[in-house]
Amino acid sequence: MKNSKLKGAATVLLLFLAGTLVAQVGKPFIHDPSTIVACDGKYYTFGTGGGGLISEDGWNWNGGAVRPGGGAAPDAIKIGDRYLVVYGATGGSGGHKGKIYTMWNKTLDPNSPDFKYADTVVVATSDGYEDCDAIDPGVMLDPTTGRLWLSYGTYFGFIRIVELDPKTGKRVQGNKSVDVAIVCEATTLVYHDGWYYLFATHGTCCDGANSTYNIVVGRSKKVTGPFVDNVGRNMLEGGGKMVAATGGNLIGPGHFGRMVIADGIEKMSCHYEADLDQGGRSVLGIRPLLWKNGWPVAGDNLKEGTYEIESERRGYGLELTVDLTRMAGGMRGFNRNNDEPVKPVPPQQLADVISTWPTGNINVRIGDYMARPHQKWTITAVPEAGGYLGGPYFKITIAGTDRALAATADAEVITLPAFTGAPEQLWRIDQLTDGTYRIMPKVVPNSKEQLALVSSGDSRPTLAPFDMNSDDSKWNFKAR
Amino acid sequence: MRKKRKSFITAIVLVVLSGLQAGAIHAWGQIPAPGQPPRPPRIYVPIQSDTTRSLNSHFTLATSSKKTPDPKGFIQRWLVLEPVKKDIARNNIFTESYLRTTFSADNFSNDFTVVPKNGETTKIGEQELKWYALDSKLFNFKLYRFAYAIKKPQNGVLFWVVTVINCPEEIKNVRMAAGCNSSGMFWLNGEEALMISGDKDMVVDNCTSTRLTLKKGKNIIRGAVINGPGMIDFCMRFLDEKSQPLKNFTISYE
Repeated sequence: MKNSKLKGAATVLLLFLAGTLVAQVGKPFIHDPSTIVACDGKYYTFGTGGGGLISEDGWNWNGGAVRPGGGAAPDAIKIGDRYLVVYGATGGSGGHKGKIYTMWNKTLDPNSPDFKYADTVVVATSDGYEDCDAIDPGVMLDPTTGRLWLSYGTYFGFIRIVELDPKTGKRVQGNKSVDVAIVCEATTLVYHDGWYYLFATHGTCCDGANSTYNIVVGRSKKVTGPFVDNVGRNMLEGGGKMVAATGGNLIGPGHFGRMVIADGIEKMSCHYEADLDQGGRSVLGIRPLLWKNGWPVAGDNLKEGTYEIESERRGYGLELTVDLTRMAGGMRGFNRNNDEPVKPVPPQQLADVISTWPTGNINVRIGDYMARPHQKWTITAVPEAGGYLGGPYFKITIAGTDRALAATADAEVITLPAFTGAPEQLWRIDQLTDGTYRIMPKVVPNSKEQLALVSSGDSRPTLAPFDMNSDDSKWNFKAR
Repeated sequence: MRKKRKSFITAIVLVVLSGLQAGAIHAWGQIPAPGQPPRPPRIYVPIQSDTTRSLNSHFTLATSSKKTPDPKGFIQRWLVLEPVKKDIARNNIFTESYLRTTFSADNFSNDFTVVPKNGETTKIGEQELKWYALDSKLFNFKLYRFAYAIKKPQNGVLFWVVTVINCPEEIKNVRMAAGCNSSGMFWLNGEEALMISGDKDMVVDNCTSTRLTLKKGKNIIRGAVINGPGMIDFCMRFLDEKSQPLKNFTISYE
């Protein structure tokens, strides 16, 4: 019974996944999600109205997180061994008189005996008629100074920044707010490589598939601005460079949150106003966060499909260790009559060569990419295998076959004649901040080490610790 | 977006109520976990009377004194008509067709070179509306704040604006550059110059015209800006051939 349910769920999920991008699976229905925070091995995000989502793996999300106070658009951050949750008490109430509260908790797990929110503290307000609306808070702990900053506000006037005390969660005494942007909402600050970035959401929310929500950014050398976009336009003039916009069936991204997973691996959380594949509901989205020329841009979770897996080191492609079978289309020779008819040469097909391959395990290598069957890999999600922050585990098979890439106990890679679902045949694929990809087996047999697919020299694929500073560790998926 | 959030929250309330009625928790992921106390009702803070409510918060009354663009070329002096009340629930209705039809039907004059007089009234439909000559204290002109100050509707409104720019010489190959929330249309010397359709944000240089020529002497700009719920404002300047703001002109309201 359990198995058939699983298969049914898997079938539904596969239908979702086929040829498209999916936000998250489970019941990831949320609006205005807070930045995702990890707590005791689980991930949490809170949304408008109260409560929020929990995930054990970062891919499958369901309700259950608890945030009292109602209101709108919270944010959350871990400071030391506590969690600070921030929210606007009055979002959407009709007026613009607002209050932003902070509250601490020792854990975000509602089943923990330590789970108890401390009393709320008011850290920012708007009086209802000034040019500000005190909702939509975002918090950043400045890694260079240890100071805690809060941005807040909406279209109704200015986005403002104030300073909080990271020990108490209260407003720093005497601190005055600074106006930093207009015509946006859902702001949050991020520090990266000497710059402070102010992320904000523009466009129309809350209109389902017709919402025009999009995420933009400006940057400044000072935490209090001025924040300027890529054409020199101040965010106080409405400036902002696009980070994420509608794509495919995922409509209207908003409410940016950043997560740094490891060196070179960052994710952004958001909600999509509508996921057409999930009934047009507002859903949680998790995407890679890339940095290009000093500007952040949303990457794309890898789509299922057939690709060359290209090594960033040399540009060679991952391939089976089999003999190259020559194909038609040899050199025509010089001084031939160019008026002769031009006839297409059919590309080599799997059926042309597969009988020449061994039927058992086949090693892999990295070589000149020739668009041949032994070099074409199909990436397919394996829904029943779960996932990781932002993606499902994949199987990597030779196109047209079930021959699967697998990690071995001696930290090498090989292909097996058929995919069995064993964890060493499952792969985590993360887009890196430079746009290339890290490919990791779910497990390496008999090992607790987390290893990634790397190039040893130009031609040997192997498993080794990931190094963001080395092109040996990076791969590209090229659909060609 | 705050201007839409009101209807969103209303929708949430309806969904929650219908869920409670059915005696089941729906699929929305933000419900307190089993065993947790129900969340307290959301705090509603009524807006107190605003003792600072006046035009002076964002504007000064325009005078006949010489007025130049601000340091970035923005035109801050405008004649603005009290808002034309419209029944607009959402801002996604502002297609070009809708705007042309509405601006044609609810116009104060089909002569697009006419300059109304400060303080005079005009009738649009059944609404008797008054013109104000104002200088914005900001680079942009916050129509919402204008309507708020004179205690007129701020949501579901159409504003007409007019200004006159005086050029010391003919200036060719300039572009009118504007941004508005949410949609608008602008004319120069009786000719359509700029259409801003859709639910836009008031962003500097969001939309620009084709190349235009400013005459020596008076050039009359008319604009119409429309919005449903939320903030309504606009900004305008002219850009030269190098996309630099034009500043060598003066601005008047007559």
